Amino acid sequence: MNIFLQTLKRDLKIAIRNPSSVLNPLLFFIISISLFPLAISPEASTLSQIASGIIWVASMLAVLLSLNALFHHDFENGVLEQMVISHHSLPLLILSKVLAHWLLTGVPIILLSPVLSMLLFLDVAATQTLMLTLLLATPSLSLIGAIGASLIVGIKNSGMLLSLLILPLYIPILIFASSAVSQTQFGMSVDFELYILASILVLSLMTTPFVSSIALKISLE
Amino acid sequence: MSSLIVKNLSCQRGYNQLFKNLSFQVNGGDILRITGTNGSGKTSLLKILAGLSMQESGDIYLDKLCVRSQAYQNQIFYLGHLSALSAELTSIENLEFLTQLQGDVNQQQLFQALEQVGLKGYEDEYCAKLSAGQKRRVILAGLMLSQASIWLLDEPFTALDPHGVKIVETWIQQHCQQGGMCLFTTHQDSALENQKVLAL
Repeated sequence: MNIFLQTLKRDLKIAIRNPSSVLNPLLFFIISISLFPLAISPEASTLSQIASGIIWVASMLAVLLSLNALFHHDFENGVLEQMVISHHSLPLLILSKVLAHWLLTGVPIILLSPVLSMLLFLDVAATQTLMLTLLLATPSLSLIGAIGASLIVGIKNSGMLLSLLILPLYIPILIFASSAVSQTQFGMSVDFELYILASILVLSLMTTPFVSSIALKISLE
Repeated sequence: MSSLIVKNLSCQRGYNQLFKNLSFQVNGGDILRITGTNGSGKTSLLKILAGLSMQESGDIYLDKLCVRSQAYQNQIFYLGHLSALSAELTSIENLEFLTQLQGDVNQQQLFQALEQVGLKGYEDEYCAKLSAGQKRRVILAGLMLSQASIWLLDEPFTALDPHGVKIVETWIQQHCQQGGMCLFTTHQDSALENQKVLAL
C-alpha cells in the first residue's frame, strides 16, 4: 500500500511542477463549452436542451487529451521499465497512476461543471445530476483510457490512434450519463442510468489495471 | 549459491537474428561482461534476462525460478540505457521512488548513497539540471542500495568520469565477492578482476 501512495504522491508532484500538462485539457474543457453559446444560440431554452451533451462530450475529449501523458513520460525516461520489473504488483502501480490522473483531470472537471452548466442555463437539479454522473463516470474514463494509453505508449504521435481505440468504449458512458441529465430535466427517475454508470465503474476498477498491465508489458517489448 | 542458467536462447528483432541457441551459466560470485558490436543483441539479451522482453526460444532459470516469476524479479536489479529519472523531481525524490520500487530504504541510506556517488549537496537539485554523468550517478546510487542478487547493467560506465567508473567497478567486485552475480555490457575496457567474457 505504501508504494501505491508513493506513486500517487510522485505523480501529483510531477504534475504540480509541470502544470501545463494538467491545465491544457482543463482549458480545452472550458473554452470548448464557452464557445457553444456563441456558435449555436444564446437562448436559454436552446442551450439548456443540449447542455448535458455538450458538457459530457467536452469532458470526454478533455480526458482523452490528457491520457497521452499518462505513461508517456515514464516510458521515455525509463521509469516504466523499472515499474514493470519492480517488486510490487504492476496493476497496483497502474491504479495509483490512474488515480493521480483522475485527481488531476476528473476532479477539476467535476468542480468546474456547475459553473459551466450555469453558462448553458442548466437548472439546479440537472446540474446536481450532471455532477453525480461526472463523479461516477470520470474515474471510468481514466481507467478505460489507461488501457489505450498502455497500448500506444511506444508509438509516436499516437493521439489519433488513442481516440480510435478508446472512443468506442466511452460511448455507453456518454449515452447513459447525458441521458441521466436529460431525464432529470423532464422530472424522470435516473436510478437506472446511475446504476449502470456505477456498474461500469466497478467493472473498470476490477479489470482495467490488469488489462493495462498486460498491455504495458507488450508495449515495452 | 544460486546459478543463472541460459539454454538455447534465440532472439530475433524484425528480420534480424540477433543471436541463436545461446547457452551459458553464471554462478554466484561471477562477473560476466557481454561484448559485441552495435546491434549484436547485448541490450536485448539483458532485457530478456530482466523479463522485459520475450525470447524467440530457449529457457532461462535462476535455480528453479522462471524468468517471469515474481520471485525471480525480486532477485533482479536492471539498469537500462535510459536515465529512469523524472526531470521534475529532485535527485533524492527520484532515488527514493526507484528504491521503493525495489523495496524499502530509509532517508538516511538515500543521503549516504548519494554522498557515495559524489552527489553530496545535489540532493535537492532537480534532475533536469543535472549533467548526464550526474544523472547516471543518481541511478547508480540506487544500485548501491539494491538488495538484488543479480545485477543486469547495460552500459553502466556511460557518461561516467574515471572516478565514477572506479566506484562502480568496486561495487561490482564487492557484490560478487558477497555471492551476487553481475552481467554487464560495455564497449569500454574494464579492469574488473575475474570477469568472464561473452562475445555476441
